[in-house]
Amino acid sequence: MLTAILIMALGAVVLGAALGYASIKFKVEGDPLVDKIDAILPQTQCGQCGYPGCKPYAEAISKGEADINLCPPGGMEGVQRLADLLGREAKPLDAEEKPKQVAVIDEQTCIGCTLCIQACPVDAIVGAAKQMHTIVESLCTGCELCVPPCPVECIRMEAIAENIDNWKWKYPVIEIKPLRQAA
Amino acid sequence: MTHYLFIVIGAVLVNNVVLVKILGLCPFMGVSRKLETAFGMGAATTFVLTVATGASYVIDHYLLMPFGLEYLRTLSFIVTIAAIVQLTEMVIQKTSPVLHQVLGIYLPLITTNCAVLGVPLLNVANKHDFIDSLLFGAGSAVGFSLVLVLFAGMRERIEGADVPLHFKGTAIAMITAGLMSLAFMGFAGLDKYQ
Amino acid sequence: MLQRLFKFKGGVKPQTNKTQSVGLPIAVAPLPTRLIVPLHQSIGGTPDPLVAPGERVLKGQKIGGADGWISSAVHAPTSGTVLAVEERVAPHPSGLPTLSVIIEPDGRDEWITRTPVDYKALAPETVREMLRDAGVVGLGGAVFPSHAKLSASKTVPMEELVINGAECEPYITCDDLLMRERAEDVVRGVGLFRDLLRPKRVLIGIEDNKPEAVAAMKRAVQALGEDFAVIAVPTRYPAGGAKQLIRVLTGKEVPAAKRSTELGVQCFNVATAYTAWRAVAHGEPVISRIVTLTGNVAQPRNWEVLIGTPLAEFVALGQPKADTDGYLMGGPMMGFEMPSPDAPLVKATNCIIAGSPTLFPPKAPEMPCIRCGECAKACPHELQPFELYWFARAKNFGKTQEYSIFDCIECGCCSYVCPSRIPLVQYFRFAKSEIWAREREKNAADTAKARFEFRNLRDEREKAEKAERLAKAAAAKAAEKKAEPAPAAPAADAGIGAPAAADGGAPAAAPLDAEAVKKATIAAAIERARQQREAVQPKNTDRLTPAQQKEIAEIEARRAPLQAEQPERSAPPATDAAQEQQNQ
Repeated sequence: MLTAILIMALGAVVLGAALGYASIKFKVEGDPLVDKIDAILPQTQCGQCGYPGCKPYAEAISKGEADINLCPPGGMEGVQRLADLLGREAKPLDAEEKPKQVAVIDEQTCIGCTLCIQACPVDAIVGAAKQMHTIVESLCTGCELCVPPCPVECIRMEAIAENIDNWKWKYPVIEIKPLRQAA
Repeated sequence: MTHYLFIVIGAVLVNNVVLVKILGLCPFMGVSRKLETAFGMGAATTFVLTVATGASYVIDHYLLMPFGLEYLRTLSFIVTIAAIVQLTEMVIQKTSPVLHQVLGIYLPLITTNCAVLGVPLLNVANKHDFIDSLLFGAGSAVGFSLVLVLFAGMRERIEGADVPLHFKGTAIAMITAGLMSLAFMGFAGLDKYQ
Repeated sequence: MLQRLFKFKGGVKPQTNKTQSVGLPIAVAPLPTRLIVPLHQSIGGTPDPLVAPGERVLKGQKIGGADGWISSAVHAPTSGTVLAVEERVAPHPSGLPTLSVIIEPDGRDEWITRTPVDYKALAPETVREMLRDAGVVGLGGAVFPSHAKLSASKTVPMEELVINGAECEPYITCDDLLMRERAEDVVRGVGLFRDLLRPKRVLIGIEDNKPEAVAAMKRAVQALGEDFAVIAVPTRYPAGGAKQLIRVLTGKEVPAAKRSTELGVQCFNVATAYTAWRAVAHGEPVISRIVTLTGNVAQPRNWEVLIGTPLAEFVALGQPKADTDGYLMGGPMMGFEMPSPDAPLVKATNCIIAGSPTLFPPKAPEMPCIRCGECAKACPHELQPFELYWFARAKNFGKTQEYSIFDCIECGCCSYVCPSRIPLVQYFRFAKSEIWAREREKNAADTAKARFEFRNLRDEREKAEKAERLAKAAAAKAAEKKAEPAPAAPAADAGIGAPAAADGGAPAAAPLDAEAVKKATIAAAIERARQQREAVQPKNTDRLTPAQQKEIAEIEARRAPLQAEQPERSAPPATDAAQEQQNQ
């Protein structure tokens, strides 16, 4: 009995020492997984996942603190890609999926308070104090963070319309047509 | 020489660790969605399994048997395997971050791969000597990698097929694995020429 | 002259159906009642409109200026009045509108002053700019701005200039007729390209089902004393694809993801050469082109049509038969159905085919792929369409890229030979546009990330700078206090002064009343805006359905707590300031 305990203790000490030494010798800084997850996230920095930006959410996923289905702008497709990366089962999105949007400022109502400029995470709003503000459409990620701070409620979200540049060929489907009347 | 050849071929094909002995099914189903990860997993498992068989042989013969501690075999094998996997992971992460990224979370999962424990135990049961053990371990690992890669290739293809809704995903993969297993039964015929 | 010819892999031989429309010479189409000129007619940037509604334009006047180097100008096809610059349905498979200039012709067809130039006396750079401003683009169908293809590569010496007169698609005969009737101007245009690129050889490839065109071109080459080789190439679709024709004429195979210029070969369409010559030697920009009108019409022939002619007015010239049920733009292999009779003809329109159920019977339903490999045999780019199909159908776009989907030229050979009648090209187009959309999204995400990170960096820097400023101010104040121990400095003053510094960087000792005035102005502005909104609102609030009223009530209820928050928002800074004061 005593030999058994001794042998097992010896094994534990040897292996523990080897692992301990290796963990010091082969220490790696940073977590490459976070960057991979971050690359999949849509970078809207909207905070709809409950984290203050895409990177913190990526870190939370990597640590296993957050689920992968919390990102509404990424949509179901983003969840699927995260599931593929992490080898997890895909789950339905924890929110409604919305079409891509941009914010639009009603320039008649804007009082130039600069509150939305401070809220915008990607500096897509141009304006100065007491001057009318406007949104640089091509930079807007549609995160909606500028909507609540506006004291006069002059910002609304508009879905991006389909145009010739972003139009996509549709998935070919077999059309079901009624049979022609026998001639 | 033929003895060794039989051990290797037997481990790779005839007594395939996954399809015939039905060991290590968790990574077989879990890591076979993509061909690249299957390759990485196969390589890592091959390494770990070969080292683990060698190490467990040494432990069994020079540590446990002299003291009559055979009843601690399973326990000490598991601990050894876990330590080897951890060590491998740390070394790979440091030396080849690319390979580490490819393997991702599957690397630590090797610990829970029952094939890695099963093969050393089979070695003991079959009374293999050291070279036999190593060859048997390596052969089993190659067999594991082979079917994993084959299966991943098939699954990639099935992904695009018109599978009935209720069979989509793991269900059709299980059926495919079953058919593959049947196919590997055919290698039992190699026995005749032994 | 003997010329060794090469072969390209794959290809098909559909019925050419070209004889119907070659019987009559090219006719000039009458002026339409309206011209709808889309501004975006070439690959690259959308030209900016240069005219305003109500303005009178002359024939050939520039109405859209090129936007960047890869872009091409657009011109008024005739003289008249600009009615509008607005979104109109485009000749595009999507049927979506694009910004167009609508011109009402005045019937006088009055030209701008045309200035013919001798290009040989000009720098090549000037000639290229001239071509860009004349709107010369590839008229074979790809509409790539020609001037951008006319700069010889700096690293690879220019070997061959290939002129594409193959016109391999069934039904289309516009290049055939152009070469028969206007061969000399085509050859002069080729000479212009030759002088800009300085290749060692010039090869003009024409499919051997157009013997008249070959003869006419040979005569013209001889008459002008050029040394261009006019070569009849075997008729096989898609011999007119740039990479295929280069392969047939030079034996060079353009590798995947490379351009022919990297092999010292450049390729132009015959019609492009013709328009380039007209632009340089006659000062006429591209305002018209030759379009084949064929198919289910009583009088199939080629017409010289003004760019911007609405489809309906154009097809009336050919008298479509009663059972015509749609119009294809381009050929039957690569063309698409025109989305609307109002869509205009553009620079890319080489052919309009009137369709009928007998001419193009409805496709039988798609059957499962049997992996017979016919498509791989037919593919002129040696791709594996059955694999591409498999992955495109499963939306596995990464795999489609591994199988080189972007080398697919969408020629339609695979769909043509498929015994299961699978619309393969449609699947490939779907996969391509999905991949492009993803790329756009990825780029947008990368930009957003960079901007977000920069913003965070700036915020931190500003915070640090502010802290430094505050510390300095505090130190200064402490020194002041020491110098003047009397309790003159009122605590309230400093308490409000500090947040002012935090808000706008105003001097720390800002007087109390300035702050009050600021707050009052903000409050007044909010009030003003609210009144403005209320003044606007009642317009649509009478006669509401109960459902709408309920919805409004809900929204108001949701807004109430938010508005209640409003006054509180100004409160926290004050408490912060008090704390700051205590800390100091």
